[in-house]
Amino acid sequence: MSSTARLDKRASASPTPATREHRTNRKQGFADRTAGYVFLLPWLAGIAIFTIGPLVYSLYLSFTNYDLLQSPKWVGFANYHQMFTADPRFMHSVRVTLIYVVVVTPVKLALALGVAMLLNRKRRGIGVYRSLFYLPSLLGTSVAVALVWRSLFSQGGAVSDGLASLGLPKTDFINDPSWALPAIILLACWQFGAPMVIFLAGLKQIPSELYDAVDVDGANKWERFRHITLPMLSPVIFFNVLLETINSFQAFTPAFVISGGTGGPADSTLFYTLYLYQKGFTDFQFGYASAMAWVLLAAVAVLTALMFRVSRVWVFYGDGGNR
Amino acid sequence: MSSRTAAALPGPPAAARRNAGRRPGRTVLWHVGVVVIVLVVIYPVIWMLGTSFKPATEIVTSNRPWPLHWTLQNFPDGWHANPGVTFGRFFLNSLFISVLAVVGTLLSCSFAAYAFSRLEFRGRSVLFAGMVVTILLPYHVLIVPQYAIFKQFGWINTDLPIVAPKFLATEAFFIFLMVQFMRGIPREIDEAARIDGCGPYRTFLYILLPLTRPALITSAIFSFIWTWNDFFTQLVYLNDTDRFTVPIGLSLFVDQTGATSYGPMMAMSILALLPVFLFFLAFQRLLVDGATSSGLKG
Repeated sequence: MSSTARLDKRASASPTPATREHRTNRKQGFADRTAGYVFLLPWLAGIAIFTIGPLVYSLYLSFTNYDLLQSPKWVGFANYHQMFTADPRFMHSVRVTLIYVVVVTPVKLALALGVAMLLNRKRRGIGVYRSLFYLPSLLGTSVAVALVWRSLFSQGGAVSDGLASLGLPKTDFINDPSWALPAIILLACWQFGAPMVIFLAGLKQIPSELYDAVDVDGANKWERFRHITLPMLSPVIFFNVLLETINSFQAFTPAFVISGGTGGPADSTLFYTLYLYQKGFTDFQFGYASAMAWVLLAAVAVLTALMFRVSRVWVFYGDGGNR
Repeated sequence: MSSRTAAALPGPPAAARRNAGRRPGRTVLWHVGVVVIVLVVIYPVIWMLGTSFKPATEIVTSNRPWPLHWTLQNFPDGWHANPGVTFGRFFLNSLFISVLAVVGTLLSCSFAAYAFSRLEFRGRSVLFAGMVVTILLPYHVLIVPQYAIFKQFGWINTDLPIVAPKFLATEAFFIFLMVQFMRGIPREIDEAARIDGCGPYRTFLYILLPLTRPALITSAIFSFIWTWNDFFTQLVYLNDTDRFTVPIGLSLFVDQTGATSYGPMMAMSILALLPVFLFFLAFQRLLVDGATSSGLKG
């Protein structure tokens, strides 16, 4: 993945002790080298047992039928074949997840950037506001907040009644197939605080001389935003887009709690992860669930690579732009 | 910085332009605008708090966020909502898992971060890249095979599948956060320790670890909150009611439909989020800065 190459370059860019080791004796260098592996041992064991091992195992399982009771039975590509040709719920879960990702990522980031720009000035109370906006990101993935959402948006809930008092029709959002997903999307957008604090820090690093320069040219607010803020902020925007997209693919708790684990009403909140959970831990089709996991992994990997490729066109790594 | 004095002072044109945004009228308007947005954003939390103190009848009839008649009844009702087991058990279970997760994460991730940021060894940059990739790896990809493996171990329906991985630095995000922090510590400090005869182990224990304290605290709090709030893993691995944690206990409320159960449900939700609120109040600066820097430097 090209992401790794980039981060990797920055990692080794820091002065390595290799040059300095000439000054110290050789024994110390050896101690360093073994110490490196000693300190890394827990992580190495962890990645072997809990990441690489399971990844390889699930690749194998994805070509089998496995119910945990009998040993896995090899079926070749049957699981993958069934997924794309004979499982409408699978295709539906893909659609639900894509809609969610495609809506949540831009809306949440637009909110985050908008509020960050509003907060990017020297005023009293900025710290408090910043923290309060960040709070939902800290709470958002909890079951408690999902329950709040379920209550707020169901029949007789505050949102429904509030809209009714404005003369709009009463809607039971949670049990209406066309409104349940939007309610969950809103819950995700509500957590715009995390990307917002990152935007805010990025905005603070844009040198004010740049704005002074375009002010001399008589630039208006939009031109300032378009020609200074956006390009200077593009590495941070890219980082946030990448992170939010990958996170959105993994949304689970809100859909599970709000739909009571079913993905309903009428499968309208059947997220990919929720369907994977149902296949694995309700139907005990571990082979099929593994195949789904690998499709998800492939999709996320391809998408990440694609985003890095496209980023070369629009992300501006100027002086101090990515510090 | 006081906005009023800044605006009152007659200044040169350049200063006047800068002060344009600081006229009292605009400042007040800005504050009003921001407070309105804050209220909209915080409304669900206010509603949750208000509902937890409302009597059942009032929840159905009124949508005022704050109760007319305050009651504490929702708390014992919620506490005993499940027959045979109280929320006290769930809280103890959650606390046990979360504290162990913090200990495991701090130990294993600080080891790995020290190796990545300070020690020289073959394959370091490749391993570092691999570590960063695992941050982006969706957890749901691993859950099925992990479950099958843990079943072989006989770990299902115990805390081990949740806690043991933390002791082997599976939360790579925290390694990354600590590496970023350790790189900011001047190398001259451990060079000096080395000249004084400290090997890599003592340098870590006596020099680098104490200096990394802010990053360790941030990691500890995030690790606690994430484990405390985590639902998916606990849902998958814990089956017996007396092993249930707070998130699973809360999810049981979903079966009880109707607005009458909102009170107890919200009372328990408030209690469930109480540790998060407390950490937030005590360490908001550290948390927000931690979320910022680990993101930005990525």
